[in-house]
Amino acid sequence: MTLQRLARPLTLVLLSAVVLYPLVWMLGSSFKSQEEVLNNMSILPNTWTPSNYSDGWSNFDVSFGRFFVNSAMVAGLTVVANCVSCLLAAYAFARLKFKLRGFWFAIMIGTLLLPGHVLIVPQFVMFKTFGWVGGDWPYAPLIVPQLLATEAFFVFLMVQFMRGVPRELDEAATIDGCTPYGVFRHVILPLSRPALVSTAIFSFIWTWNDFFRQLVYLSDLEKYTAPVALTLFIDSSGQSSVGPMFAMSVLSLAPVFLFFVAFQRMLVEGINTSGLKG
Amino acid sequence: MSPVATSTARPSSTRHQAGPAAHQRRGRPAKHKTDGVAGYVFLSPWLLGLLTITAVPMLMSLYLSFTNYDVLSDWESMEWVGLDNYRTMFTEDPSFWHAVQTTLVFALVATPLKLAAALGVALLLNRPFSGAGLFRGLFYLPSLLGGSVALAIVWVNMFNRDGAFNSFLAWFGIEGKAWVNDPDFALGTLILLAVWQFGAPMVIFLAGLKQVPGELYEAASVDGATPFRKFISITLPMLSPVIFFNLVLETINGFQGFTSAFVLSNGTGGPVDSTLMYTLHLYIKGWNEYQMGYASAMAWVFLLFIGLVTAVVFRTGKFWVHYSDGED
Repeated sequence: MTLQRLARPLTLVLLSAVVLYPLVWMLGSSFKSQEEVLNNMSILPNTWTPSNYSDGWSNFDVSFGRFFVNSAMVAGLTVVANCVSCLLAAYAFARLKFKLRGFWFAIMIGTLLLPGHVLIVPQFVMFKTFGWVGGDWPYAPLIVPQLLATEAFFVFLMVQFMRGVPRELDEAATIDGCTPYGVFRHVILPLSRPALVSTAIFSFIWTWNDFFRQLVYLSDLEKYTAPVALTLFIDSSGQSSVGPMFAMSVLSLAPVFLFFVAFQRMLVEGINTSGLKG
Repeated sequence: MSPVATSTARPSSTRHQAGPAAHQRRGRPAKHKTDGVAGYVFLSPWLLGLLTITAVPMLMSLYLSFTNYDVLSDWESMEWVGLDNYRTMFTEDPSFWHAVQTTLVFALVATPLKLAAALGVALLLNRPFSGAGLFRGLFYLPSLLGGSVALAIVWVNMFNRDGAFNSFLAWFGIEGKAWVNDPDFALGTLILLAVWQFGAPMVIFLAGLKQVPGELYEAASVDGATPFRKFISITLPMLSPVIFFNLVLETINGFQGFTSAFVLSNGTGGPVDSTLMYTLHLYIKGWNEYQMGYASAMAWVFLLFIGLVTAVVFRTGKFWVHYSDGED
């Protein structure tokens, strides 16, 4: 009986250890000296060596800080773009009547399942023709699609959310003389804050982690984002850079981890209400 | 981008004068009319995106797939090559078939393992106890971190010669090797990385489990059903829509794996093509070898394949997905 009662907590604790191990190991290794990385098998370093962080920070011709700034800019702009454009589209789908609404909604759901990799070649060719690839500000191809509500997941998330907002509020506002624009401004926008926060958090995390598109569009070291810059460590993977590589990996996961700590409940519930990926 | 923002804002100011007045005079029909215009105003950024970022590129890639376009030279030097790209892909590019095989193995092994882990842990967490929320959050964390380059780097090093996995094996006196450099095991380490991220489907399973009415279990207990029997006869059928949902999503995600394979092989798909995921092969063809026409053809084959798989999953779903009435 006691054994049976202990079985579940024991399994959970053991499982947590397995799940957390890679993260703790990464953190420990990022503080290990050159020889320790290779020889000390234990999870924590014998002597804590913070120099990996300063070495990694200035490992390339461009400071790693630059890469983080670039990443933060791309992620920040994506957050704003997604919040604005997806909210507009969601309001139309959730609340307004117009011709072909059902048809467009079905198309939107269809694009949810459309793999992004299918479109990357022609999008690249198109943006290159526009002269947006390379140059002083090569981030337009990463941001403009988000301005046009192409992240269907967030449109869907907000539609689902708005369906839960009582229609009586719209009707009351309409009787008081609000146009659809007024209803959007005074009813839907203020009440959609939780959905906007979820969208902002997920947009930030996914963009921060995104690699494929940033790899394709960024070719100038100065313009690299953190994930693209991290791959340079693999290129140069002489053993000497393992410590710094780990240190920069830790730093680049830190924002996501902090978001997780701050918004844990919301993130977990966010994928519940929308019922989609993580 | 700014023209879009102003075009959605401007009509609202002009309409403010006509809108409410017309509405008061004619009542409901007038409202629908303004709604109709407003609907398209609010939808316009999305419609523009659908057209320019999705539809036109799709048609463009279909066209490019019949050409030898290489991005570097002028459009004038592009030639129509008919079905050559497709023919090369299927008959003259052994790496294409390696990529297909790698991707299939990855998706078909990682997805069931990941979902089984997700369901198993969800069942463990499905009873209220102190700390349940903590465990839930903890198991969810890898889903947020696991897709990143940083974590892939850590993972690859963990399974390298001097990595944590081999120190674990050393406890048992087993001498490990550089698993990530072994064509037989490299893909396996990437599958483990995918399974490690079981938290996202787990959270969705937990939400599904909460919907199963407790009376069903009580009734089964009265009838003397074993826990295993309850799982088979109540939990699984009641949960089948959620399983289905997770299955569709994770399978499609699995086919698109890129980052971890890129990091493990430094963008080559090696050792010996063993981690050459389909999207990685597409990237190599397009951006290392500048064969954009060929890459477009690959993208279309990929799209048709994903469409086919989704259709098959939906079709078979009819036989095993059980919807309680009232749900959609």
